[in-house]
Amino acid sequence: MTTRIDTRFAALKAEGRPALVTFVMAGDPDLATGQAIFEALPQAGADIIELGMPFSDPMADGIAIQLAGQRALANGHTLRATLGMVEDFRRKDETTPVVLMGYYNPIFIFGVEEFLAAAKAAGVDGLIVVDLPPEEDEELCLPALRAGINFIRLTTPTTDDKRLPTVLANTSGFVYYVSMTGITGAAIKSRAAVGDAVRRIKSHTDLPVAVGFGIKNAEDAEAIGRDADGVVVGSVLIEAIARTLVDGKPTDKTVAAVRELVASLAGGVKGSRS
Amino acid sequence: MTSTGINSLRNGPDDHGRFGPYGGRFVAETLMPLILDLEAAYRAAKLDPAYQAELSDLAVHYTGRPSPLYFAQRTTEHLGGAKVYFKREELNHTGSHKINNCLGQILLAKRMGKTRVIAETGAGQHGVATATVCAKFNLPCTIFMGATDVERQMPNVLRMKMLGAEVRPVTAGAGTLKDAMNEALRDWVTNVDTTYYLIGTAAGPHPYPEMVRDFQSVIGTEIKAQFQAAEGKLPDAVVACVGGGSNAIGTFHAFLDDPSVAIYGAEAGGHGLDVENGHAASMAGGRPGVLHGNRTYLLQDRDGQILEGHSISAGLDYPGVGPEHSYLHDTKRVTYVPITDDEALEAFQLCTRLEGIIPALESAHGLAQVFKLAPTMGKDQSIVLCLSGRGDKDVESVGKYLGLLK
Repeated sequence: MTTRIDTRFAALKAEGRPALVTFVMAGDPDLATGQAIFEALPQAGADIIELGMPFSDPMADGIAIQLAGQRALANGHTLRATLGMVEDFRRKDETTPVVLMGYYNPIFIFGVEEFLAAAKAAGVDGLIVVDLPPEEDEELCLPALRAGINFIRLTTPTTDDKRLPTVLANTSGFVYYVSMTGITGAAIKSRAAVGDAVRRIKSHTDLPVAVGFGIKNAEDAEAIGRDADGVVVGSVLIEAIARTLVDGKPTDKTVAAVRELVASLAGGVKGSRS
Repeated sequence: MTSTGINSLRNGPDDHGRFGPYGGRFVAETLMPLILDLEAAYRAAKLDPAYQAELSDLAVHYTGRPSPLYFAQRTTEHLGGAKVYFKREELNHTGSHKINNCLGQILLAKRMGKTRVIAETGAGQHGVATATVCAKFNLPCTIFMGATDVERQMPNVLRMKMLGAEVRPVTAGAGTLKDAMNEALRDWVTNVDTTYYLIGTAAGPHPYPEMVRDFQSVIGTEIKAQFQAAEGKLPDAVVACVGGGSNAIGTFHAFLDDPSVAIYGAEAGGHGLDVENGHAASMAGGRPGVLHGNRTYLLQDRDGQILEGHSISAGLDYPGVGPEHSYLHDTKRVTYVPITDDEALEAFQLCTRLEGIIPALESAHGLAQVFKLAPTMGKDQSIVLCLSGRGDKDVESVGKYLGLLK
């Protein structure tokens, strides 16, 4: 199967630049503003969108993304509402890939097959589920592949050459290299090590490799984009949203702040191969 | 790994770390290589006579094992039914069963060459036991503890600090055990090269539930031998409190294949199961889900968001339970019953007055179940309760509840 993700990476390869992958949390700071942010991303320069599924216990996330999930949940956000956001988005944008990212329990409770059918119908292209390693592929990864949805796996600095084939076996769409051992929002320690890791992964797979965790500005995006096929930015976008809020409520600066930051990051990505 | 019979309930987990549908390894990829290493290291240690000898020696000379099996005569007379025995785990060094597991795991951490230990704690019993073994084995340790629990278990916080541990209060969520575990996992994923995560309960990703159970199974094994010596038979019932369920699985495991022994786990019923988010009885009042590395019964809303739960006892105030308990609940081998805050408080006071033993509030939940059960049984029958911890840490909070303190 060829998905929107495959098509987009192929097009960018022809263009000779890496993808800018942006992460925002569904329903943050509220449903309407979250939708406006989501829909503003492609225009601002995002090539692929990761939409976070809020979870009460995000064990792999730093404080910025934790708080974003809490803001969404406090407004009564549900997984069904996240799928509704994608459905609305698809009415206006048929080509930008959308990947849902989060934790397994809300999907498990929704019902795996029911969720996959609803996600496919809404126009979801891929899934990243942090707490499902290859050892648990029967749970969601294999059913997702059968449903025609990419399952994007995280690889990390602890994934050595021996384990890499196991991690890559059922991965599709792209490989998400986590630049550090740590949680979202921390800082990258060595860009050179990230480049080495990307080359190591690419020696095992033909899939595009995107790098995330710790990319904070256009400079980082440009530097990481020299080696990677995609640059993932999340926490700084969430922080930019949070800074515009007054008493947790959006202001007229909220969507604009995201638009500006994404435009700047897109500039970084575009400069990375020139 | 632990028994031979094909139909034994003691065979779990399988190679995937499953007890029936429960358990598993639901963790971030960063942690997976380490979890596989840990499993390999544990398998090797189990077969290493030197490791087993060191652990046995520590159990005797450091912990003070075997812990006594005590006939609670006045409790028995008061209840007027079955004979009541207490397995005195509260007499262990550090005041609870938690030390059994900590010693096993700290030896493993040393074997794996780890240079730093982290742990989560609710009531502080596991935190104290971890800080204790880290002092003894000279490893720096950081204990994650919910801010609410720091408040209500201050004596244990002071003990941990005096033992040289860093206590990190966690303010996220309701500031209880669940939040402490999230924060410990965040630390672990960041410092995975150097750090050993010493999980205190029989939950989390495989192999923790199996490992913790094995280290705690000494409780039930001793009960079996001691009861045989005292009464020349098997007990008719065994009872333990269940939060994550480490003292409970340690008590139950030796008896799982003895159908004549009724087994009861006392969950934290808090304000009552009918009070929304007012209890921590994950089996009686929750449903299966995935959290903290395993599939198990969880307190959660209809969208799969985890609830905080409530219990007067910090050690039981957790929205999940060990996966083996979930399996034993489904197969009905163990009967899990909710005990309310008020029932536990009453049992706490009765035990203190009748036996001169101040039980931990956690253990008082098990006691409350004994108080319900014993009068329904014959005088020729016997119940063994795992008195998992002592209640010194709780005297201030109980004093407040009873109006003895302002």
